[in-house]
Amino acid sequence: MFFIIGLWRNEKSRQIILQIFVLLFIGWFLSWLAGNVASNFSALGKDISFDFLSIPAGYDINQYLIEYNSRDTHLRAAIVGLLNTGLVAVLGIILATVLGVSVGIIRLSNNWLASKIAYWYVEFTRNVPILLQILLWHGIIINSLPHPRSALNIGDVSFLSNRGFYIPKPILENGIELVYLFSVIAIIFAFLFYKFSKKKQELTGVQYPVLWINLSAIIILPIMGYFISGMPVSLEIPVLKGFNFVGGIHMSPELSALTFALGVYTAAFISEIVRAGILAIDKGQKEAAASIGLKPSKIMKLVVLPQARRIIIPPLTSQYLNLTKNSSLAIAIGYMDLVATLGGISLNQTGREMETMVLVMAIYLSISLSISAFMNWYNNRVKLVGR
Amino acid sequence: MIKELYKPGSYPNLAPPKGTVGFYGWTKSNLFSSLSNSLLTIFSFILLYFLIDGIIGWFFLDAVFDADSKIECRKIDSGACWAVITRRVGQFIYGFYPDAERWRIDIVFIGLFFASAPLLYPDLPLRRWLLWFSGFYPFIAFILINGGLFGLVSIEINLFGGFMLTLIIGVSGIVCSLPLGIMLALGRQSKLTFVRSISVCFIEFMRGVPLITLLFVASSMLNYFMPPGTNFSILVRVIIMFTFFAAAYIAEVIRGGIQAIPKGQYEAAESLGMTYWQTTRFITLPQAMKISIPGIVNTFIGLYKDTTLVIVIGLLDPLGIGRAALADTKWNGLSTETYLFVALFFFVSCFAMSRYSLWLENKLNTDHR
Amino acid sequence: MKTKMILAVATAGVMFAGSALASTLDDVRARGKLNCIINTGLAGFAAPDDKGNWKGFDVDFCRAVAAATLGDASKVSYTTATGKTRFTKLAAGEGEILSRNTTWTFSRDVDLSQTFVGVSYYDGQGFMVPKKLGVKSAKELGGASVCIQTGTTTELNLAEFFAANNMKYNPVPIETNSEAQELYKAGRCDVYTTDASGLYATISSFDNPSDHMVLPEIISKEPLGPVVRHGDDQWADIVAWTLRAMLAGEELGVTSKNVKSLASKDNKNKEINRLLGKDTLQGVTKLGLSPDWAVNIISQVGNYEEVFEANLGQSTPLKIARGANQLYRDGGLYYVPPIK
Repeated sequence: MFFIIGLWRNEKSRQIILQIFVLLFIGWFLSWLAGNVASNFSALGKDISFDFLSIPAGYDINQYLIEYNSRDTHLRAAIVGLLNTGLVAVLGIILATVLGVSVGIIRLSNNWLASKIAYWYVEFTRNVPILLQILLWHGIIINSLPHPRSALNIGDVSFLSNRGFYIPKPILENGIELVYLFSVIAIIFAFLFYKFSKKKQELTGVQYPVLWINLSAIIILPIMGYFISGMPVSLEIPVLKGFNFVGGIHMSPELSALTFALGVYTAAFISEIVRAGILAIDKGQKEAAASIGLKPSKIMKLVVLPQARRIIIPPLTSQYLNLTKNSSLAIAIGYMDLVATLGGISLNQTGREMETMVLVMAIYLSISLSISAFMNWYNNRVKLVGR
Repeated sequence: MIKELYKPGSYPNLAPPKGTVGFYGWTKSNLFSSLSNSLLTIFSFILLYFLIDGIIGWFFLDAVFDADSKIECRKIDSGACWAVITRRVGQFIYGFYPDAERWRIDIVFIGLFFASAPLLYPDLPLRRWLLWFSGFYPFIAFILINGGLFGLVSIEINLFGGFMLTLIIGVSGIVCSLPLGIMLALGRQSKLTFVRSISVCFIEFMRGVPLITLLFVASSMLNYFMPPGTNFSILVRVIIMFTFFAAAYIAEVIRGGIQAIPKGQYEAAESLGMTYWQTTRFITLPQAMKISIPGIVNTFIGLYKDTTLVIVIGLLDPLGIGRAALADTKWNGLSTETYLFVALFFFVSCFAMSRYSLWLENKLNTDHR
Repeated sequence: MKTKMILAVATAGVMFAGSALASTLDDVRARGKLNCIINTGLAGFAAPDDKGNWKGFDVDFCRAVAAATLGDASKVSYTTATGKTRFTKLAAGEGEILSRNTTWTFSRDVDLSQTFVGVSYYDGQGFMVPKKLGVKSAKELGGASVCIQTGTTTELNLAEFFAANNMKYNPVPIETNSEAQELYKAGRCDVYTTDASGLYATISSFDNPSDHMVLPEIISKEPLGPVVRHGDDQWADIVAWTLRAMLAGEELGVTSKNVKSLASKDNKNKEINRLLGKDTLQGVTKLGLSPDWAVNIISQVGNYEEVFEANLGQSTPLKIARGANQLYRDGGLYYVPPIK
């Protein structure tokens, strides 16, 4: 008895005892859940097996980045879905970043009108649920754009209708390798020039217009390659054939609505992050920079932004992550992402809800954990050494 | 060019130079200070013009507020057809709650106002008494909404809907997730390895998967994890899932607050001989909570907005009611009107919450730096 | 043993009382309500009226089972499910019956571990197009955008049909019939495909039904019927015989109007006596039902013909002809096992 009281009074042993209890409780709880699943499944005559992934899916998907037809397996359907999730996430992130950074900077500008408009844009978009915005954009596209037969014609090559946006598709022909080669050379040049100019600046203080030179190299060199190799790219222009346009690159109303809604919504959060990041830089820094004679643009580029970046990147990454997770709402408008394929149709056709949901969750979880791991690594790298 | 000499201290207060004050000065410095700024202003004006021109016409001037169907609307005028809202406004607020019993929900709404006021405004007169009411409010609200006691008719849960459902899920989620979030945050900072790792697993899992997969599990698969024959209402399951989800985010916000407390505070507490719980109660939480209030309110706003996701599992929140209205063949194709109306509701409530958070932040800002 | 005890105590203590061994019938009786999984909204089969009460063919079947088991057709609690969530909801115990125009297939019966107790409606998949599109046959649909409910057999049939005819199409996946209706009206898709009955139901709800047509091709067999969970034979029998009792009612001329008077007298046709509990039918108590189970069904809900006509027939906007859904003696497919 005293022994037990003694154990309890000793902090070390008390902690161990507490932990054992917690562990026992959790272990019991998990085994209880597992036991329930087992008994429910056996009562229903179900088992847990991932064999369904290798049988033909049987359903068609309207948008695929890799070849797919209804005779392919459920696994391939799931990959098609995952790639669709990736596609909308990438497009959304690009849109959100461009829009978000611009709005963030406009809000800080001394133009009263523009900054007010930016303010109300942020308040309106971030205070309305994203699902609602997705549905709203989808509804607007579907209900207000014309039928394909009377599509809005943009220069005879692009068409806008309630079946989506059609633009010409570049068809690569023989000789395209030269363009690739020139692009690679341009990128290598840009990288080396960046290193060189940085070193030069550190040694002598001379600054080159790195951005402009690199940008023009990256644009001009591949164009040169294109003409030298005899213009190996032709355009496939969408044409109205039967019910729909055929050919070209097709951006469906679902993809457009989703990209637009996710981009516009996340941009509001990003703009606040950018604004907060820039405002967080101590005024003294800017004053000091100004007092040594830097121009306002240089102050922004050399003093404010490098410091603000440290503050901005972590929340920015988590916004990207949120955008990716929010893309699962695609299911509400029928965009075939991972949740709609594997966690939707495959689930229903095979009746394997446990397996498919576990897979869907595991995939999202691994995406988000790897991004958090990256973020931790980045935070450690740019962390100010403690004073 | 000095015209007069003044004695020190007797220089007259001259008006500021022209062009820096008044309408002209303000316009110049705020709208046209440079070329790029002027372009931005002109661009903004054009944007505003089209926005206002389109909106006012479509929203009000050409809009139809009462009609029997979309076709009838279009016959009357070309603008928005708000009839789809006005004809179903009762459903948007109360869902399918029986007409005769709706007064109960009205009382709950009014009660919510009195119950939340003392929690939100610390300087309220009679706050002490109102706090008692806040404590009992959840039970009162539950009885009123659910019925079955004190002679109130029992109402089935599948009749709940509209803004009432949003408030039920949102408020219960907010109330339950805060304590759970605090526990998780403390667990994540705990010295006990297992407690810490369990908290980390829970938080990372909840934050890593999309809410709609969790809701799907709650709505369709939860019974697999329960002993055979168990059955509990879909609304309870949804609230539990929202609570877990929000708690994980709140835990992270509070963890940020805890980590921001200087180490010296803990060392001081330890040197005074305070126990872990005393330190937590008197040192850690008061400071951490103050720092994390904006983040917590943001999480609440997020939770509140996320309640729209319940339509995916077939509950009829305002968005669900709106979609049901659109499914009615009379109103097919009026999605813009319906969604904008629901958006307005969410905007008003979320904007109010974020304004409140700003106010509170300023009030609590006792920064001595 | 000990762990079991702990489990039992914890289960009861921690959360909810539930009896592990009770049969489905006992569960329903204890609750006093039947949980029935139905469509989110399809005119004629399951749709809420202005007051929010569910009406329709599938709904009436739920009511018939409630009448048979609880003696009161109104004691049903409805859970709606999309094509995608219905099996999960049934398997997870959200309801005792899935009465949501569900096609009976091999893999659903065997692989999904469910029991199809019979066919309540013989259907087939068709296509619906606006007349102004000028399409006369499903073979002309190459390249079209097709609205399709996900998680249904129609989805698989469609893929097979287009592959077999070497045509491409652009599937527009939707969850519910009303969504399909919206997208179809807005012109997002050229064609809507689902069971022919569903197409008629959809067209009937349009403002100008004559602008739309159902194409002549029926591309699949869709025997629709109620589904129950695998493993409780007693419950499956109850549901199956509820359906058969409704059909037998039609065959024997027992209607909601005359059932009470037929039940109170001795009929020449002894099968009527056995159906209505006048002559004892041995198995009824074994099924756990009271002898007047069929009287309850027919008096409170009606026989098959009455239910069909009230929800789908010529007096409704749907105007669906009985067709294959007649008794064998009228040229249909229903051949009811004798009540003996």
